[in-house]
Amino acid sequence: MVRVDGNGGAASLIHVRGLDKKYTRGGEEIHVLQGLNLDVDSGDFVAFMGPSGSGKTTLLNLLGGLDVPSAGTITVAGDEITHMSASKLTGWRARHVGFIFQMYNLIPVLTAFQNVELPLLLTKLSKSERKQHVETALQLVGLGDRMKHYPRQLSGGQEQRVAIARAIVSDPTFLLCDEPTGDLDRKAADEIMDLVGRLVKEYGKTVLMVTHDPAVAQQAQVTLRLEKGSLVGAPEGAAKP
Amino acid sequence: MPIPVIYNLRSVRARWTSAIVAILGIAGTVSVFVAMMSLARGFKMTLVSSGSTQNAMVRRAGSTSEIDGAVSLEQVKVIEDAPGLARSDEGPLLSPEVVVIAAFPLKSSGTDANVQVRGVSPMVLRVRDNVKMVAGRFFQPGLNELVVGSHAATSYRGLDLGDTIKFGGGTWKVVGVFDADGAAFDSEVWADAHVVSQVYHRPENVFQSVTAHLTSPGALDTFKDALTADPRMTVEVDRERDYYDRQSQTLTTLIVVLGTIVAVVMGIGAVFGALNTMYSAVAERSREIATMRALGFGAASVVFSFLIEALLISFLGGLLGCLLVIPLNGLTTGTMNFQTFTYLAFAFRVTPELLLGGIAFALFMGLVGGVPPAIRAARQPVSVALRAL
Repeated sequence: MVRVDGNGGAASLIHVRGLDKKYTRGGEEIHVLQGLNLDVDSGDFVAFMGPSGSGKTTLLNLLGGLDVPSAGTITVAGDEITHMSASKLTGWRARHVGFIFQMYNLIPVLTAFQNVELPLLLTKLSKSERKQHVETALQLVGLGDRMKHYPRQLSGGQEQRVAIARAIVSDPTFLLCDEPTGDLDRKAADEIMDLVGRLVKEYGKTVLMVTHDPAVAQQAQVTLRLEKGSLVGAPEGAAKP
Repeated sequence: MPIPVIYNLRSVRARWTSAIVAILGIAGTVSVFVAMMSLARGFKMTLVSSGSTQNAMVRRAGSTSEIDGAVSLEQVKVIEDAPGLARSDEGPLLSPEVVVIAAFPLKSSGTDANVQVRGVSPMVLRVRDNVKMVAGRFFQPGLNELVVGSHAATSYRGLDLGDTIKFGGGTWKVVGVFDADGAAFDSEVWADAHVVSQVYHRPENVFQSVTAHLTSPGALDTFKDALTADPRMTVEVDRERDYYDRQSQTLTTLIVVLGTIVAVVMGIGAVFGALNTMYSAVAERSREIATMRALGFGAASVVFSFLIEALLISFLGGLLGCLLVIPLNGLTTGTMNFQTFTYLAFAFRVTPELLLGGIAFALFMGLVGGVPPAIRAARQPVSVALRAL
């Protein structure tokens, strides 16, 4: 169950307390996130909405260990990541986080297979095991027949599916999606959201997603609103299982 | 596991227009560097190969070259009896020699160039067994006959087989052509030492040097000790190869120093080319790098990856530079030998060691040009770069 009141148990998968993020720009201090509390359980699908500059992406970056908070703590599956060294955090990301980006962020010179294989190069899996995992992930996203294609040979929707396969191939603890349909037409966006929904329902994945699109947010179990760096209002749809 | 090399290979291929600038810069530098070094190597090898390890050269003590040497007939007699000297049924194997300089017109330009005319003993071909007659015959002692080196024969007017030519107050007939396998002798003209002395009005029975063929290369010490300890002798004894090695040093050093200066200056330019290419690679691929970092590849992996790319580009440049310079191998050129003030022909020697040196130089330039951009790539903030367009 998703809570934002700071009363969630320490047993929740993602446990955020008093999260602050400040930037200094031109001598002026900008508070991007202020005293944010959040608890997310395993298998939850949470959408973050809010106007531009409300801190949605910053929150996602902090949860994914891509940035460090100015204050507060983030604990994921018992590991407090806020005080990890940069190199430890890099290893932690490889094991626990699957990223899905708005612009897909595929490596253009690598095939779909090679893109999906990238996270597995950081594991101890053998070449044949990696091949098996990659094929399974690409088949799961419906691109078993596009493994040798380069990103430029795929449509936007297909590229995002490859990115999803890359995000799930190493079976991370949770997925972070930053506007996953922001660059897609409605049809492709629906297909992507169906796929993300399946990952949650059928495979029990935990997903945290930032979106501007209310229709996309509706696919999530819970929608949280961010304004000026704070979560405002009660979680919408929190009662949904 | 590091970022796969295939990523770098394909990235270089995808951005070939940018890579080609760095590749050409490095190729140009390497080719100039290797060419200059092969020039120095060719000059040195030409002179060094003139000397045999089994020959000793005897000159007046204190003389810097055979041009200012003086060995009297009495001293030659002492040398003939020295231990370690090889002997044949025709007598001891040594060649008392005189050297004069004569100007001959070059076939290519018609301008005169100084040629070393060496008065030798009739035994010279047995003393210098690397020299072979390839046309005509050897000169007859006491006659105004010349045998000319293979390069001299092709380079100067009037030195073809059968030609008659006037110089030094005498009229000479070219009766043979010899080949010294690329050594400095190929640029020389040989005649009977006594005839050369007479024609040039030099003192009779005074030579400038004596080249002695030893029983073995190891016999030099015995030979040298016997001569230098003899109170009748004030001579300097060197292994012939060492003598020519020293002769080559001035010009070799000059070429090496000049070549190095040129290569360093060009190298600095090439390094900036590599820096530019790699910095633009980092800038263009900042989102890819950030994605790799987000996926869990460490900063060290990113540095390593971009270094590999820089080294790959520089290796291609080095390879191209070497390929450009290989056709120079064996190409004959010539210069003034500042020790004798005569024109010396020699060939570029592009050796495997020089090519390896060229590749190593290229990799060094790649490393210097690759490290700063690689560090920048690893240092850029992931969260910012991920959203770069």
